[in-house]
Amino acid sequence: MLRITGGRVYDPANGVDGVVKDLCIEDGRVVKNVESGRTINASGMMVFPGGVDVHTHVAGGALNFARGLVPENQRVARKFLHGGDRRSGIGGMTPTTFATGYLYAGMGWTTVNEAAVPVLSAKHTHEELHDTPIVDKSCLLLMANNEIVLDLLEAGDLERARHVVAWMISAAKVYGVKAVNPGGVAAWKWGKNASALHESFEGYSSLTPAKIVSGLAQIVDDLQLPHPLHLHCNNLGVPGNVATTIETMQLLEGRRAHLAHLQFHAYGGDSWTTMRSGAAAVAEAFNAHPNLTTDAGAVLFGDAVTITADGPWQHLLYQLTGRKWGNLDVENETGCGIVPYVYKDHNIVNAVQWAVGLELLLLIDDPWRVFLTTDHPNGGCFWRYPEIVQLLMDVDFRKEQIKKLPAAARERIVLADLDRQYSLYEIAIITSAGPARSLGLSRKGHLGAGADADVAIYPEQPDEGGFLFSYPRYVIKAGAVVVEEGDVTAVTEGREFIVQPGYDSGIADFIRPLFEQAYTMSFENYPVEIERLKRPEQITLRPAE
Amino acid sequence: MITLTLKNAPHVPLEAEALSPDVMATLSNEAIRALPVLLGKRQRRLDDFFHVEGEASDELAIEGDAARIKWIGRGMTRGRISIAGNAGMHLGAHMSGGTIDVSGNASDWVGGEMSGGLIRVAGNVGGQIGAAYRGSHTGMRGGTILVGGTAGLEVGMRMKRGIIAVRGLVRDFAGLQMKGGTIVLGSGAELRTGAWMMRGTILSLRPIPLLPTFSYAATYVPTFVRVYARHLGALGFSIPFEESDGAYRRYTGDTSVPGKGELLVWSPHGA
Repeated sequence: MLRITGGRVYDPANGVDGVVKDLCIEDGRVVKNVESGRTINASGMMVFPGGVDVHTHVAGGALNFARGLVPENQRVARKFLHGGDRRSGIGGMTPTTFATGYLYAGMGWTTVNEAAVPVLSAKHTHEELHDTPIVDKSCLLLMANNEIVLDLLEAGDLERARHVVAWMISAAKVYGVKAVNPGGVAAWKWGKNASALHESFEGYSSLTPAKIVSGLAQIVDDLQLPHPLHLHCNNLGVPGNVATTIETMQLLEGRRAHLAHLQFHAYGGDSWTTMRSGAAAVAEAFNAHPNLTTDAGAVLFGDAVTITADGPWQHLLYQLTGRKWGNLDVENETGCGIVPYVYKDHNIVNAVQWAVGLELLLLIDDPWRVFLTTDHPNGGCFWRYPEIVQLLMDVDFRKEQIKKLPAAARERIVLADLDRQYSLYEIAIITSAGPARSLGLSRKGHLGAGADADVAIYPEQPDEGGFLFSYPRYVIKAGAVVVEEGDVTAVTEGREFIVQPGYDSGIADFIRPLFEQAYTMSFENYPVEIERLKRPEQITLRPAE
Repeated sequence: MITLTLKNAPHVPLEAEALSPDVMATLSNEAIRALPVLLGKRQRRLDDFFHVEGEASDELAIEGDAARIKWIGRGMTRGRISIAGNAGMHLGAHMSGGTIDVSGNASDWVGGEMSGGLIRVAGNVGGQIGAAYRGSHTGMRGGTILVGGTAGLEVGMRMKRGIIAVRGLVRDFAGLQMKGGTIVLGSGAELRTGAWMMRGTILSLRPIPLLPTFSYAATYVPTFVRVYARHLGALGFSIPFEESDGAYRRYTGDTSVPGKGELLVWSPHGA
């Protein structure tokens, strides 16, 4: 039992805005009252629901490939030494599994959603999530370039496609569906891309990216998954991709969807020399589509490693940087590209990217629909989130940073004209309450009775040299105090959220011959056994509408 | 002067970053004895392996066969280390100043990613001297490495500045992905010298096999060679520069990258 007294509580899901009140915790949940137990005096501190990362890459084959590709980053990364309950590891751009848990918890984040998992590497991903301590986890299944699914969509057999998707979700033990560059990764296997929404792509005759997007969004809604289709739109990173992004929003009318890392999809201009911010147009369209949520995918200057299933884009980025490139072919399901990247403030394109992420966060009216992410590690590392919070909350700080950008970049952005400042209440929404609601995790992101007792307690003034949310004084995860005075003091095990949508029990017989014809492993070894998940927790499906 | 005499050579490599003037310059004899070294994964004291005489000096003398002792002079910025015997891997890696002298042989990664200072090895060295560590963009950024004997693979890989001069034969891939700086090959090199080089100079005093992606440009004696000859001559390494003796054949490449580097091959008159 635990009582937190005297803190200023920010709990937007329950309308609590900086009210000084006690918070009581028992058996891992928030309760109305406790009789005894430890008391934490949080006077002069702010009490937030633990952060929820709606889109990150922290485990699995692609991330592990990235770890191997950048030994030069590992050599200078923060070291975590073995001691007590703590395992050794390294931080940096692509932290090792244990360090990932310590870094998230050490910042007050308690739930993370790994956003890209192919069925084929789901086992690997779950093994790594096992070893990612403290935080609760979920992951999303890559479906928009899975050739069994695409063949069904081309044939117009949406119903069978739905059963296949449901079977794959159950087989991979995941929480939702992710679509990356629909059709583009399948086309990449022919050295091509899918950049026009309404044109078919290599390997298919009538199927188009638009049909994949609307088909999968429909399937996810029909399966009543708690989190909507998680969509990485076509033409990521391409100057002028505003048109594609807005057209995709129109396609999705009448269905739910989450648009991932919107910053990478909000560029105007038509080439690298004319590229400019398209955030205003994207935000305006987004504001008019209440069926959608999004995350920023903000960029911070400095080192990053770009990791995405978007193989063709990564090849282009490799040609632009001329450094390293890793490419994975995940059989008939997807692909993956890895390119280490440095965002430089004197580079006009990078400066525009930096501004676009912030512009979207400031121009989208409803904080319940836009969430804080960097698409870790693509736009910057998750452990730099407090820097973005500072940029959102302090217009003077922001304008100081804008002044450092090249003049040519300042002409291409609107950030300098935006005076909006986020309140602490709104920060609690974009870092916790909003993403929890979008994920459909009803016990996350709030501090009402019955909520999971995931709490981050921050000092009201930032520490010397740090940002406001850099160093929580206390972090409580499922009722256990895991961080005290800024240090991880106890290591707990998080849970893994999964869904189990229903499917026709005969669907495996449909998949098996297709699988045996094309895959390199045996069908029996394909699904992930539930025993591989240490603490699985099945989340109930949405009620039918 | 601090004299470190090896008691008995370790059976597995000993990681001894503490063997650096920067670490020992202000320490008492007692504190030096207690410096940590890693034998495999176990932490041990320096005096488990060495007799230590002297204290508080930036001149170190190491005596005995230190072939299994790694990271001697790592990151040093000043002073001198004299090794009477052999040295292990990563000798003088990341160093930015000072001098290291080895009377015997040294192993791989001599002067890895160094940025200044001088390393002189009388005997042979292993591969990757002055090179970039795996994954790094840039190897050696400055300083001088002189080798009396032979050298292994990938000498000066991704180096950007500085000089590497090897009197004996050098193995394959000298100057791999080189971005600048100078490599002097006293006895030539084996295969694929200068592969993927972007900039920089490889000067060979013997004919070497050339990659097809290098093209002949001219025969002359570049002015800078005289300057380099004076610098290296002072360090006991002579290179020819008199037009009466011969000239250098200049090849540019590696055009497969495409690069603007140069291979200068000495061609004596009458040869």
